[in-house]
Amino acid sequence: MIRLQDVQLGYDGCLVLRDLNIEVVPGEVFGLVGPNGSGKTTLLRAISGRLAPEAGAIYLDCRRLTELSPRELARELAALEQEISCSFDFTVREIVELGRLPHRERWQRLSSKDSEVITRALELTHTLEFSERKIQSLSSGERQRVWIALALAQEPKVLLLDEPTAHLDLNYQIEIMELIRSLAQRDLTVLVSLHDLNLALRYTDRVALLSEGRVLAVGEPERILTAELIERVFRTKVRIVNGTGDLYIVPVRSQR
Amino acid sequence: MRHTKSWLGLLGALVPVALGLGAILGAVSIPLSDMIALFVGQPVDSTNAFILLQIRLPRVLLAALVGGVLALCGAVMQGLFRNPLADPYLLGIASGATAGAALVIALHLDIYWGAVPLGALVGCVLAVAIVYRIAQTRWAQLDNYALILSGVALAALFSAITSFLLFYSGASHDARRLIFWILGGLGGAQWLYVFGLLGVLIIAGAVLMLFARDLNALALGEEMAAHLGIEPRHLRKILLVAVTALTAVAVAVSGTIGFVGLIVPHILRLIVGPDHRVLLPASALGGAILLTLCDTLARTVLAPAELPIGIITALLGAPFFLFLLRRRAQLGASL
Repeated sequence: MIRLQDVQLGYDGCLVLRDLNIEVVPGEVFGLVGPNGSGKTTLLRAISGRLAPEAGAIYLDCRRLTELSPRELARELAALEQEISCSFDFTVREIVELGRLPHRERWQRLSSKDSEVITRALELTHTLEFSERKIQSLSSGERQRVWIALALAQEPKVLLLDEPTAHLDLNYQIEIMELIRSLAQRDLTVLVSLHDLNLALRYTDRVALLSEGRVLAVGEPERILTAELIERVFRTKVRIVNGTGDLYIVPVRSQR
Repeated sequence: MRHTKSWLGLLGALVPVALGLGAILGAVSIPLSDMIALFVGQPVDSTNAFILLQIRLPRVLLAALVGGVLALCGAVMQGLFRNPLADPYLLGIASGATAGAALVIALHLDIYWGAVPLGALVGCVLAVAIVYRIAQTRWAQLDNYALILSGVALAALFSAITSFLLFYSGASHDARRLIFWILGGLGGAQWLYVFGLLGVLIIAGAVLMLFARDLNALALGEEMAAHLGIEPRHLRKILLVAVTALTAVAVAVSGTIGFVGLIVPHILRLIVGPDHRVLLPASALGGAILLTLCDTLARTVLAPAELPIGIITALLGAPFFLFLLRRRAQLGASL
């Protein structure tokens, strides 16, 4: 469980996000949406412990983030950046193995439990079949699944994902979001930032709409992502279309 | 994993072969039987025994240790700076150590034992501090070439200092000692150097091995490494201290020998893979083999005259460096 209590976030004393009060529970996929620069990445950085709040407190279960050492935190919480690059050509398995780092002392070898966790992470993300391949030979969709496998190998309770579907083709976007949904069913707490409102609408349990340094609204996506609110925040006219039971957000062409 | 272990075994087996070859070849060739006899404690021709014990063995062992240290440092720096072109020579760190050592000699401060290595260490620390600051800047993180280019500038600056000191010392005895440092060579090998370097290598090497897995995580970037529970600043400090000490001591006993730290980790990364827990020991062994063979070549090509070893490593390394640049450009990879 992640809880933010009166959190103010900023860089060098200049506030980017203020008055954050959010609670995310296990099994939930919690989406962060909002225009570019609204602070989605900043919020994720703070929850991952990489950015200390200017005020307020962030709790992981019942402990404040600041009480945890980086290693303790890495055993509870996994975070993936928006763009991860690997400077050397490791195999998929070698990369996923890195997820076990916080669980092992530096002189310890990989235990059979570690290997089990790694194999399970590979299986869950459907990367087992190419686990011996080099990371640089994979497509971006396959690579994204490898990063998620790495995060799962940490056996986290909380998973933070920053735009996991950015730069992915449509089929991969769906694949990654389906994967995220299935992970939440295993009692993982998932926070994910999404710029694609339709994905947020379809795959999240709740969303927080960020705008102008604040959380404008929190709740079920169908309730928050209304034509009226979207127009206010994104300054674009949209229509919500109901097609075969699913809702779709469709931008309306401006009248000329 | 079994596959990489057998490579380590092969490299480990090749080290004594290279050492043996280096010990019997030279201005005076020594029969292999004499060397074997010396090791099993049987009587040996006294001249040959003297050559082996006092000249050849310290020399080949020093060559192996210096080669191992340089290649190890190259592998660590490439991982640390996330830049496959990093190496103590290209980043100007070895030049800093050379300038420090040269300053001690030119100012006649080497009346105390250990003054020259200390000078090398000071120069090395200074160069590492500058390189570290440059690596932290935004433009160096965005562009991998920026770090290498600033290393070239740094090397030129330190070389200018060394050259000035050489000019200033005129034709004195000091000038000859300075030239030795500039060209690099193992002609001054003594048992003292061998044990000194071995001691530093054991300590620093053990530290580097303990942090090899953290270097693997660093390949995903500092932010991701931090998410995996590693403190990147802490890691950088530890690794830089170890690498600085190793480079300083290697330069103090052998001068500036280029390209070993670039070539060896590169070739071995292709063979054993990028996992630093294997790559680091493999590089140390590979560097030992390469430099022992280069030094043997340096001693035998124009025997009895000796070629400075830096010439041979540059002849191997410079084309290799150009090849790497070309390959990178063709792949369009950001290095």
